[in-house]
Amino acid sequence: MNILRVSGSPHVHTDNSVNKIMYGVIYAMIPAALVSIYFFGLSAVRVLLISVVACLLVEYLIQKYLLKSEISITDGSAIITGVLLAFNVPCNLPWWIIIIGAIVAIGIGKMSFGGLGKNIFNPALVGRVFLLISFPVQMTSWPVPKPLFTKAVTDAITGPTPLGALKGELYKEGATIQKVMQDGITYIQDGVEVTYRIPSYVDQLLGNMGGSLGEISAIALLIGAIYMLFRKIITWHIPAGYLGSAIIFSGILWLADPSYFIDPLFHLITGGMMLGVFFMATDMVTSPMSAKGQLIFGAGAGILTILIRVFGAYPEGVSFAILIMNAFVPLIDRGFKPKRFGETVKN
Amino acid sequence: MGSLKTFKPGGVHPAENKLSKDRQIEILPIPKVAYIPFSQHLGAPAKVLVNRGDQVKAGQLIAKGEAFISANIHSSVSGKVKKIDNVIDTSGYRKSAVVIDVEGDEWEDTIDRSDEIKKDITLSQKEIIDKINAMGVVGLGGAAFPSHVKLMVPDGKKAEVLIINGVECEPYLTSDHMLMMEKGEQILTGTKILMRALGVAKAMIGIENNKPDVIEYLTELAKDYEGIEVYALKVKYPQGAEKQLIKALTNREVPSGKLPVEVGAVVNNAGTAYAVYEAVQKNKPLFERVVTITGKSVKNPSNWLVRIGTPISDLIEAAGGLPEDTGKVIGGGPMMGKALTSLDVPVVKGTSGILIMKEEESDREIIKNCIRCSKCVSVCPMGLEPYLIEKTVMIEDYERTEAERVMDCIECGSCQYTCPANRQLLDYIRLGKNIVGQIIRTRSKK
Repeated sequence: MNILRVSGSPHVHTDNSVNKIMYGVIYAMIPAALVSIYFFGLSAVRVLLISVVACLLVEYLIQKYLLKSEISITDGSAIITGVLLAFNVPCNLPWWIIIIGAIVAIGIGKMSFGGLGKNIFNPALVGRVFLLISFPVQMTSWPVPKPLFTKAVTDAITGPTPLGALKGELYKEGATIQKVMQDGITYIQDGVEVTYRIPSYVDQLLGNMGGSLGEISAIALLIGAIYMLFRKIITWHIPAGYLGSAIIFSGILWLADPSYFIDPLFHLITGGMMLGVFFMATDMVTSPMSAKGQLIFGAGAGILTILIRVFGAYPEGVSFAILIMNAFVPLIDRGFKPKRFGETVKN
Repeated sequence: MGSLKTFKPGGVHPAENKLSKDRQIEILPIPKVAYIPFSQHLGAPAKVLVNRGDQVKAGQLIAKGEAFISANIHSSVSGKVKKIDNVIDTSGYRKSAVVIDVEGDEWEDTIDRSDEIKKDITLSQKEIIDKINAMGVVGLGGAAFPSHVKLMVPDGKKAEVLIINGVECEPYLTSDHMLMMEKGEQILTGTKILMRALGVAKAMIGIENNKPDVIEYLTELAKDYEGIEVYALKVKYPQGAEKQLIKALTNREVPSGKLPVEVGAVVNNAGTAYAVYEAVQKNKPLFERVVTITGKSVKNPSNWLVRIGTPISDLIEAAGGLPEDTGKVIGGGPMMGKALTSLDVPVVKGTSGILIMKEEESDREIIKNCIRCSKCVSVCPMGLEPYLIEKTVMIEDYERTEAERVMDCIECGSCQYTCPANRQLLDYIRLGKNIVGQIIRTRSKK
């Protein structure tokens, strides 16, 4: 007879696993990756490849030579960090800057805390913010999208992002939202006067605008988000808190002074909002555990994002907002616990 | 179907695998030797009344439950007491048991062995409780809590509703399902008896809607029984847990650390209602029960009426023998059952099923870092944070373990079932409960 195995209950297990969750997230990022390749061509492929390979390599080298621990690069989490880092940078970023980003993201953002599950901050955002502060010029030169199969005049045209353009222009005397929207923005590039027009909402939804690789198309990101919600990789709580508070806050500002504050829809579909809301704020490792806590976490990130965008020095605030809220997670976990069964007696 | 009742928060949906569904209850041959433990119930072991060499009949009292929380034990067979010995039981420990060499099948004369269904209840409230006590009836859902104790409502509390648990939310098990299909009248009469014992006018029978045949059948039968209503529940584990079933049916939450009667409810299993019927109406002690034998490699997954004390190897033989690829044998269901250490373990009052798992299903998977996915938190039916309790136990911060309400845990296993990192959450929570329990007991002694 066989030897009987003995263990505590339960004796059955869900077929879900860490790897399935991680690869699920990777599948969810495919639409956004395809859109970025469509608009930015081979340079998008280049950034994605360098970033993913660098992240995998950094994790491998640290585990093999520094920690001498088990190699876990196949679990998918380093690939996610690599793709997210690529999604958060412009497509013309020099290769060595991308590699520095990968080293910071994986080395400092993830492995120094103990690897997957132990990190406090979203690794890709740690890498991104490090690059933004260290290489502000390279990190904010945005190539103009050049859809595949169309004849573009030149390769190296860069232009502003809608958020950046708007913010820069609104500093000027007498500028109003309506004027900027109508007349566009005029600036000198290489001795030539260029007029930049804020893209229409349709272009913004599709992704036909300047920006980081993965953030441009709200629709592609939403498709991925629906997939993750469907597969129960993420729940609705963080996105609802995030989008809800961002809409309410920016809506109040907009209603107060529509000539100076842009409408909530613009905030939602430009910049890194969709990418941040669905792919980075929802990172399990760095978000709260209870449903209530997740709502609070999302709401905090939404308010901070709008605060930074409208009143801060940077035109974009998603990365900072999420990183700041990451730091509050232990506190939120303590303060917002699930309702215990039998805590209040209903009769 | 959106209006079906269920509990919240939490819950999981493990694969149901009710392989022995629709298999009518068969009668298992009487064993050659019966091993009847003195402690088949929660509480103090019963005190032995027989000696080596004594002749006993089926239904004869062989051990008396003397403590307040204890239960009588009756012989399930006729024959000669071979010895009083220690045998390994479902808990994995050696416990003392009466070993009986079976000779024939002679029953006590007082037992009514006719097929007639006796619906008229003639006994008074107190007589019923005394009878249930005398006949050694315990909860047949698994925990085996002595039934007469459950029926004695503490002073100052009032029972309002009797809940009959026909949920059978454990995957694989079908013993209650088949019993309800085949002994519907008896179960409803048993329910009436329990209602009289508790002095309540209302009984709710909760059944998950993966058993539409039972729901339909009992709903039809219940029309003739005043005060009994059948409720279909949405399938969700652990709906058969006492507190969760009360929540599902009445929307009341039993306060932490309190008994169900605090919210006016008393819960009994459908199998228990049948045992109560037999005890009160037929004068038959609890010495046999329905047991499911099942598993993916088992040739003949089926349901059997088994004498208490029958070694499970007899049951396994009846189901086609032990499969080649057996890795684990479980007493009970896969979510809360206990892995058995031997095939000689006897069937006891609390054995609802024997599940044989294949070798490939038996091993746990490699444990990974917690990725804080919060699934354990969202599935916990008690609103606890399993990942956090695990952590506090790991670092031996038992004050925090207690503060995180580890004692509220009902050990349903939903957290560990759902954990994508394969963490052994319930192992640590059990350890925490054990240690915190000791701490609380020492504190109350001071």
